[in-house]
Amino acid sequence: MELMINGKSRSVSPDVRTIEQLLQSLQLGEKRVIVEWNQQILQKEEHGTTMIESGDTLEIVHFVGGG
Amino acid sequence: MSLEHTKEELDPISSSSTAENKEAATILQPDASTQLADPHHRYSRQELFAPLGKTGQNELARASVLIIGAGALGSSSAETLVRAGVGKVIIADRDYVEWSNLQRQQLFTEEDAAKRTPKAIAARDRLVQINSSVKIEAHIADVTADELGELARDVDLIMDATDNFETRLTINDISQKYNIPWIYGGCVGSYGITFTIVPGVTPCLQCLMESAPLGGDTCDTSGIIPPAVQMVVAHQTTEAIKLLSGNHDQLRGTLLSFDLWKNEQVSIKMNAARKPDCPSCGAHPTYPHLSHEGQSKSEVLCGRDTVQIRPAHRQKLDLQQTARRLQKLEQHEISVNPFLLSMTIDQGRRMVVFQDGRVMVHGTKDIAEARSLYHRYFG
Repeated sequence: MELMINGKSRSVSPDVRTIEQLLQSLQLGEKRVIVEWNQQILQKEEHGTTMIESGDTLEIVHFVGGG
Repeated sequence: MSLEHTKEELDPISSSSTAENKEAATILQPDASTQLADPHHRYSRQELFAPLGKTGQNELARASVLIIGAGALGSSSAETLVRAGVGKVIIADRDYVEWSNLQRQQLFTEEDAAKRTPKAIAARDRLVQINSSVKIEAHIADVTADELGELARDVDLIMDATDNFETRLTINDISQKYNIPWIYGGCVGSYGITFTIVPGVTPCLQCLMESAPLGGDTCDTSGIIPPAVQMVVAHQTTEAIKLLSGNHDQLRGTLLSFDLWKNEQVSIKMNAARKPDCPSCGAHPTYPHLSHEGQSKSEVLCGRDTVQIRPAHRQKLDLQQTARRLQKLEQHEISVNPFLLSMTIDQGRRMVVFQDGRVMVHGTKDIAEARSLYHRYFG
């Protein structure tokens, strides 16, 4: 499945069905993130229920604490 | 004892810098000293920048900024704002300068590291040399809700240069309670993130993240390259200059992140993300991080040369995963059992982490030092 993530085209395993699974596959599962999916900001509760399809555009930002 | 002598004893730094200034003045040519004193010459390149002009520069000169943290972000933010001619800069930090700071914390020197000078003091000394017309106030302090309420009185803006989310969420509540904008910035590795929070206009940090995460990557566990710091600060200080010069309409309005190594940049418009029921910025705010319950608790354990730190909220840490993250740091010895993780630090100090997020720092009675170590390894 082809997704546009942070401005780059990426191939993702077809086993990845939801935003939550995608975040896990990107090793962001444990982190605080903001996900914009096809120009819509998702609430955290929606990560497990939002199904992704080939061609979707995602912007993913994770919070970091260093300074 | 003369009055002059007392002053020198109480405040050796300011009087020694005055002495240096006198010395410098004697070797300057009259023309050069006139130029030094003329603020319009000093800031001419900034006033030539049309969106600022003389009016914007005068606004900057009237502004006060509080910078929380004098590490990498704090050093760089402070230097930029002091050079830019902000009227007053207050900087607070609990730590002292170490050799591993010099790679990126631009205000500090080898001498500061050798002497373990408190960062707030070393920063002030350098900032005074850079621009003596800016009022600079330094505080050696572990900034919690009480201190922040005092420090933020009468400032126009708070710059985030901390290394942990507990302090950031406290800044966030103070910002909402007293209607002071603040600018979040964070960086690790080659990655950075920033967001400008204007009460009543943008969502707040609480809307975006709800509670402080524990156990994330930090500069002490994943490293950091200096350009990641500079990029975050470039965005933070540009937003600061817009805010302080009255150019609110030019604020970015997006949550911005970048990875300089992976050549990525993301910018997400956030204005729709305000939560009407947010406990910090919603219709009925309770400012959860200003209450006793909302703060982590630190205490010196009686007779044990140990400080215990309990996070504000009970955590469920994956100790094996935490051990894997920390094992990258070869200088530390790490052991883990089903209940706790133990890590040697140095100089007889050791940290023990329990599954519920509680941490014991052995080998110190100094709460500020213990909290500093805690945030260094656990974010």
